[in-house]
Amino acid sequence: MSETVRRRGLTGYILLIPAIIWLALFFLVPFYSLIATSLFNKGGSDFRGYTMVYEWSNYTDALKNYWPQLVRSLVYGGIATLLCLIIGYVLAYAIAFKAGPFKNLMLVLVIAPFFTSFLVRTLSWKLILADDGWVVNSLQFVHILGPNGHLLYTPFAVVMGLTYNFLPFMVLPLFASIDKIDYRLIEAANDLYANPIIGFWKVTWPLSLPGVISGTLLTFIPAVGDYINDQLLGSTRTRMIGNTIQSLFTQANDYPAAAALSVMLMVLIVAMVLVYVKRAGTEDLL
Amino acid sequence: MSHLAETETASPSDGETPTGGLELRELTKEFGAFTAVDRLDLDVPSGSFFALLGPSGCGKTTTLRMVAGLETPTSGTIRLGGKDITYEKPYRRPVNTVFQNYALFPHLDIFENVAFGPRRRRADGVDAEVHRMLELVELTSQTRKRPAQLSGGQQQRVALARALINKPELLLLDEPLGALDLKLRRQMQIELKRIQTEVGITFIHVTHDQEEAMTMADTIAVMNAGVIEQMGAPDELYENPRTTFVANFLGQSNLIEGTIASQGAEMTTVDMHGITVSVLRGRAHTESGQGWVGIRPEKVLIGDVGEALDAPGNTIPGGVVTDVSFVGVSTQYLVKMPWGQELQVFEQNTGRRRLFRVGDQVELSWRPEYAFLLDHEQDASAGAQLDDE
Repeated sequence: MSETVRRRGLTGYILLIPAIIWLALFFLVPFYSLIATSLFNKGGSDFRGYTMVYEWSNYTDALKNYWPQLVRSLVYGGIATLLCLIIGYVLAYAIAFKAGPFKNLMLVLVIAPFFTSFLVRTLSWKLILADDGWVVNSLQFVHILGPNGHLLYTPFAVVMGLTYNFLPFMVLPLFASIDKIDYRLIEAANDLYANPIIGFWKVTWPLSLPGVISGTLLTFIPAVGDYINDQLLGSTRTRMIGNTIQSLFTQANDYPAAAALSVMLMVLIVAMVLVYVKRAGTEDLL
Repeated sequence: MSHLAETETASPSDGETPTGGLELRELTKEFGAFTAVDRLDLDVPSGSFFALLGPSGCGKTTTLRMVAGLETPTSGTIRLGGKDITYEKPYRRPVNTVFQNYALFPHLDIFENVAFGPRRRRADGVDAEVHRMLELVELTSQTRKRPAQLSGGQQQRVALARALINKPELLLLDEPLGALDLKLRRQMQIELKRIQTEVGITFIHVTHDQEEAMTMADTIAVMNAGVIEQMGAPDELYENPRTTFVANFLGQSNLIEGTIASQGAEMTTVDMHGITVSVLRGRAHTESGQGWVGIRPEKVLIGDVGEALDAPGNTIPGGVVTDVSFVGVSTQYLVKMPWGQELQVFEQNTGRRRLFRVGDQVELSWRPEYAFLLDHEQDASAGAQLDDE
């Protein structure tokens, strides 16, 4: 009896080994090297080499120089997440409760964009929002945009790109949560004097919170760190932190500053997620 | 199937008598080509415990959902307390439902589940009222638990409290005991009946369990294929069924083919495979030609050949016992008659009479006042074996 229990316990650990090796090699080691890089001496370069001097001012300097990009990233990511939540919730609700026989087809359509490359899809937004494209022309025609107004290379374009690209990450967890809700609960709420709006806030919304939380996390985290959308749809005035880190690494060769920014972004996001999950009270959900 | 049966007990559509209860008129619900409920007329007097009994798919749940407002009728009207509520939104109807699987809110505790209705209506003194309600269903110690932490019977009582607290004019129960085991079901049947008497609210109870309907309801409407076959008090339905469906669905019946020989003022006589039997006029539901003579198995007397049986009716000779099951309180026999049909006989084990064995020659008899006569057009096996799905 105890023999089998012990063996079974051992099997569990053996099965963990590949994952542990993987994480150690491709997460812990690079993570250590990232933190180390963020504390290298400022004067170093690719040619001269770096030395480890615990240069904490890398952090303060990076924050001083790049705080607007950091704040912008959080704002863009936040707006995109909110837009995704609104669009995604309606979509997931419709698929779960109203799609009937088309449920699976609609889910496939949600995932369909993944069949083409992220880069190609973002590039096509460039065409959609181009100055002589139909969107700009139509908006100019109805005088929402001035004759010289444009959409491309504005914050609007960047947020649109983020919203578009991360929408499936919002829809899928939301769908999984909403689809599990027993429709009879909504009928019961209506039967108990809750009109459809109150019924939604008192029953559907709280029961879909697990999906809302995982959806917003899956959208917000990559959206804040994203640099493709800004690269292709934005301008120097819309630079996000991802772009800054990328150009510091690849163009300015300022490895310590880039590493310091990366670490700060990571710590910031982890802290925000912790606060968010705690506030949303996931432990209270079912 | 007969549309005649329902019109006699349920008053016809011109009856505008404000009963204060529920009145359904010509209520119809179609799902595409399928008619779930077909021109249903029904009156439920206020304060009664009413059961809508029928096999699954007979339209009883659809009827209930239309009354609750969760389904919109294709045509017809629903009036409650004299007020037309056919197209009223569910959250504006003075009607509450105990759902089949209770549909308790899993994210709210028991207290908040029960308080849901009053809070939506911004009622005063919600806390006190919830406590009073939980006392009624004996759940005061569980207020802060989640529904998933309760047993089936407790969940059922929460569902009942959650509906009753709103003091609806009408409480709808959709197979509320279906998910409970037999013992708990019996207990809850008594409980439900007690609570209904205590609060005096009109209960409409939908069920496919004929025993449940008979134990609890004052009035039963037997529903089949979207129409009401017969309505009445449980004993009335059982003793004097008007259709083969009711005869078979509510308990068991022996239905024997016969030809109507004569119609007297009191009695109708029927030639049943050469034996003349009598049926009271009030229990003969067909006028002439052929018919089904019906007799409940426990009303049939069984005896040795030539034995004097306590019945003024004719003795039917030539039976052979083909099966005996001893149940304890009674013995159930299957007796093969000369015309090839096997009849069921239940005899109480009073100890005064001997048990018969397979192969014994026997004679059967019954008192004419227990027999009934049904339309031969109807299927003799309608409703049999439908009650325990």
